[in-house]
Amino acid sequence: MSNLPPSNHDRALRVALPVIVLALVLVVWEAVVRIGNLPPYVLPAPSLILQTLIADWSLLWQSLLVTLLITVEGFLLAAIGGVGLAVLFNQFRLLEYSLYPYAVILQVTPIVAIAPLLLIYLPQPLAVLACAWIVAFFPVLANTTLGLNSTDRNLADLFSLYGASPGRKLWDLKLPAALPYILGGLRIAGGLSLIGAVVAEIAAGSAGAGSGLAYRIAESGYRLNIPRMFAALLLLSAAGIVIFYLLSLANYLALRRWHESALEHER
Amino acid sequence: MPEPAAPPSSVVALRGVAKTFPNGTAALAGLDLDVRQGEFLSLLGPSGCGKSTALRIIAGLTAPSAGSVTWGERQADADSKSRIGFVFQEPTLMPWTTVFNNVLLPLKLKGVARDKARPRVSAALDRVGLQSFADAYPRELSGGMRMRVSIARALVTEPDLLLMDEPFAALDEITRFKLNNDLLDVWQALRTTVVFVTHSVFESVFLSSRIVVMTGRPGRIFTELAINAPYPRDQAFRTSAEYAALCRRTSEALSQAMSAGGGP
Repeated sequence: MSNLPPSNHDRALRVALPVIVLALVLVVWEAVVRIGNLPPYVLPAPSLILQTLIADWSLLWQSLLVTLLITVEGFLLAAIGGVGLAVLFNQFRLLEYSLYPYAVILQVTPIVAIAPLLLIYLPQPLAVLACAWIVAFFPVLANTTLGLNSTDRNLADLFSLYGASPGRKLWDLKLPAALPYILGGLRIAGGLSLIGAVVAEIAAGSAGAGSGLAYRIAESGYRLNIPRMFAALLLLSAAGIVIFYLLSLANYLALRRWHESALEHER
Repeated sequence: MPEPAAPPSSVVALRGVAKTFPNGTAALAGLDLDVRQGEFLSLLGPSGCGKSTALRIIAGLTAPSAGSVTWGERQADADSKSRIGFVFQEPTLMPWTTVFNNVLLPLKLKGVARDKARPRVSAALDRVGLQSFADAYPRELSGGMRMRVSIARALVTEPDLLLMDEPFAALDEITRFKLNNDLLDVWQALRTTVVFVTHSVFESVFLSSRIVVMTGRPGRIFTELAINAPYPRDQAFRTSAEYAALCRRTSEALSQAMSAGGGP
């Protein structure tokens, strides 16, 4: 069977090489700042960014929690809304014809341009959440729609042959068949909802009462506190990485027994 | 118009069945066919002669454009039983669940409780020799084993009529022979009625008690041949002179059908 682990040598290289690249970049960066004697407001050294991260930890941690909460809420709403709408579209064609074009319009209009408007009409926390939702929900909708439409025709015939109701067909056939597509959509949505939350916080800018990480970045920018900008940015991308890997893990756990995408291949 | 009753020994009777697809292709025209109780009937013909369409019409998956499909008396009338078992060209299994759940599916859709279904699923798996693979996933099985699962799934409802649409066409010859042998064993044990669609002369002669040779564009019956060689048929039959002679006769009928039907 194909459950042999990839060779340890290969696995070690895949971890070691990016780490070495990171270490090299940090060393060069630190050296450039020290040798060039650059002031922190031009370019802070990695060591200073780390110090800032530790010194400002309680502030940044609170901001991270705010941003993460919005991201998770946006993601969950996008997951429920995207899958739910795709299922409704699949069951009621007329609804799909009526609404799908508007879902596309919502998607192709840049979120950066929508955010200021949302901030006018909605209270700020709600506007940020709406942004996270808008950017994240379309990939879930599109992927789920694709998945629901890629059901094996013969399997669908088999369900008809045994008198399965439309509900049974949906639950026992279409949704499991669509699962790899849905999970693919969710993986994209996780990253996008973080982006949506950040975009809205930035758009809210100093006017906003929010205290998310993106707001910290904007605020630190006005105060020329460049090391704190970098520290906040570091936390943001760490959050993005964690979200991505959590969703990849969910994907793997759900599909490892049966779907090609999650199988380990022997060479 | 009153529906003509099927002859008493028929499981299902087709009268004047025609099928024209929306794009104008005439797949079947004026097809009369009686499927007799307990027989192993093969529909043999070139690709595109409408034999699969005929099978789908019997199964109720496609509606005929004209003609009637009449069912005979039911033997068993338990509501959890299905009249028809269908085996597709591909194994058509649900990849996301186990062999057990795949075979369970027809019973589940018929509303049989899992506890009551369990022994029936085990019996069906037993019949195709896969009892120890109940917890495997389809992708962990070979092509031949997947087709066995598909057959077990079709048998689990104890159907009056088993419809098979070129089920072994994609398998290698060794696996195909093995499955042919095993299918005959199952058929003899269950005494179910089988309609088997194939384009292989050798397969149809080995398996069938009767072969209906079809001709294409539009599909209709060209001739039929009774294969009277006694069952059980085994490897010895496959290499016998009788088998060779029957294959020759069937081949000739098929080539006549193809020249009569304009051929592909």
